[in-house]
Amino acid sequence: MIKNISNLGDAALYCDFGNEVNKSINLQVIKYFKTIKEKKIEGINNLTPSYNKLIISYDLKKINFKEVKHYVENINVEDSIDINSKKLEIPVCCDESFTLDIKRLEEILNLRREKIFENFFNKEYFCYMTGFIAGMPFLGDLDENMRAQRLETPRIKVPKGSVALTEQFANIYTFESPGGWNILGNTPLDIFDSSKEDKPNLINPGDTVIFKEITLDQYKNYND
Amino acid sequence: MTSNYLYIIRPGINTTFQDKGRDHLYHIGIPFSGAMDNRNYLIANKLVNNNLDASVIEFAYQGPHIKYSGEKINFAVTGDVIFSIKKKDTEIEGNCYESYQIENGDEINIISTNKSVYGYLALGGKLDLKFQWKSCSINTKANIGSNNGKKLDVGQRINLKKINSNKDIKKINYINTKIENIRVIKGTNFDYFSEEGKKIFYEKEFTVSKLSDRMGMRLEGPKIDNIVNTNIKSEGLIKGVIQVPADGNPIIMLSDHGTIGGYPKIGVVASVDYDRLVQMSPGSKIKFKEINLSDAETLFKLYEMETQNLLSQI
Repeated sequence: MIKNISNLGDAALYCDFGNEVNKSINLQVIKYFKTIKEKKIEGINNLTPSYNKLIISYDLKKINFKEVKHYVENINVEDSIDINSKKLEIPVCCDESFTLDIKRLEEILNLRREKIFENFFNKEYFCYMTGFIAGMPFLGDLDENMRAQRLETPRIKVPKGSVALTEQFANIYTFESPGGWNILGNTPLDIFDSSKEDKPNLINPGDTVIFKEITLDQYKNYND
Repeated sequence: MTSNYLYIIRPGINTTFQDKGRDHLYHIGIPFSGAMDNRNYLIANKLVNNNLDASVIEFAYQGPHIKYSGEKINFAVTGDVIFSIKKKDTEIEGNCYESYQIENGDEINIISTNKSVYGYLALGGKLDLKFQWKSCSINTKANIGSNNGKKLDVGQRINLKKINSNKDIKKINYINTKIENIRVIKGTNFDYFSEEGKKIFYEKEFTVSKLSDRMGMRLEGPKIDNIVNTNIKSEGLIKGVIQVPADGNPIIMLSDHGTIGGYPKIGVVASVDYDRLVQMSPGSKIKFKEINLSDAETLFKLYEMETQNLLSQI
């Protein structure tokens, strides 16, 4: 449930679902997001669900904080709402040309790379949210012994398809962009495709993801 | 086969097609984009008898040098911009907020913006552009929008789908006002900062850094000290949010911002000041002034009325 609603500037509502990051709080956020989105309220122009917050931005020419707040406070969000989640398998190649931060991870986690890969691939991940850059999924939760801080100095360019870790999350760089996460592999799959306007994102909030290791040959031939 | 087109002799520094932007996509990770300075975008379209949501050419600092081929067409430039129009043997200096008619072989040379950042070039007609999510707006970071999401390049040809039959010449007296203070509303993490840090935020001057673009404006100045946590659990962002990362230097989110961020939010720029904020060029001094939500709403209403009033005079 929403614990508190406040304003973020004069054109957005900040709905706070608490401070913890877990699947049950996040599912609440996703249910509110889906419900409000489907109502297509005139004036609301964006909804951004994240781990435990939902930001609703609106066109101040058409509607204001008080009106949107009143609407959100009185909305009926069915607990049984279908969030339409999928289970996806994402191929990842861990050839050394892709594992840019594996040495750093070995040092921080005090684990050998074989063990890091084993832990990483033997795991089911939950997609909490997508964003920062278009289509980037935030996947959790990594086990305690796999959690590393982000790089002190972010890279100017992270290659497209990079699969990376920070704290309890894994993510995928959907296109080349700056970034500070620890890179341990690369996927040949297009995670974001702007030519598919109705479904540009392969992975969406609420989805379950498993990573499958592939060889460099499989990687190179993947899109043939 | 269209025979009316613009040929790019020199593209300028960061020249893109923009319109009103695209909404309902933050949850996917796609920002609003659209013209940075909305008022100047609207005025540019009105001056050439376009619909107000038509596609225009936005430029930053140095603009494009364009050669036109085809039947007569009107154009207008808005912002604080120095430009010239070359016709056969004469070259004249152009005035912003005034439409001009050009014909086959004429050139428009947008030399620079003057103590500001963005300017707009509107053509009286419809540019032949590919839309994505109902908008031509180019986001060069995500390569979304027309022109494959890339800025305009030298030697490029831009076709016109249609030329307006209404070729009335329009003009308006308008001066872009500069403001001393940018008004802000307290952010959701305001209490993450020390008493000294809060005081610095409202009382000291910051300088706009060179590392500013359509994604964000970085500021330099006295450091704002965080006493709680320099990171928050990543959450949504909107235009105008002022984040303060661990180094203590504020970053203001602009139209092409990342949709999610993990730095504490000290404030949010009031909508009324957004158009003027984006025009502050590197080296400009900025000071923040706190206002409350209800004042921000009233001020925006007045600003919007003023915009509508300007448009109705054209």
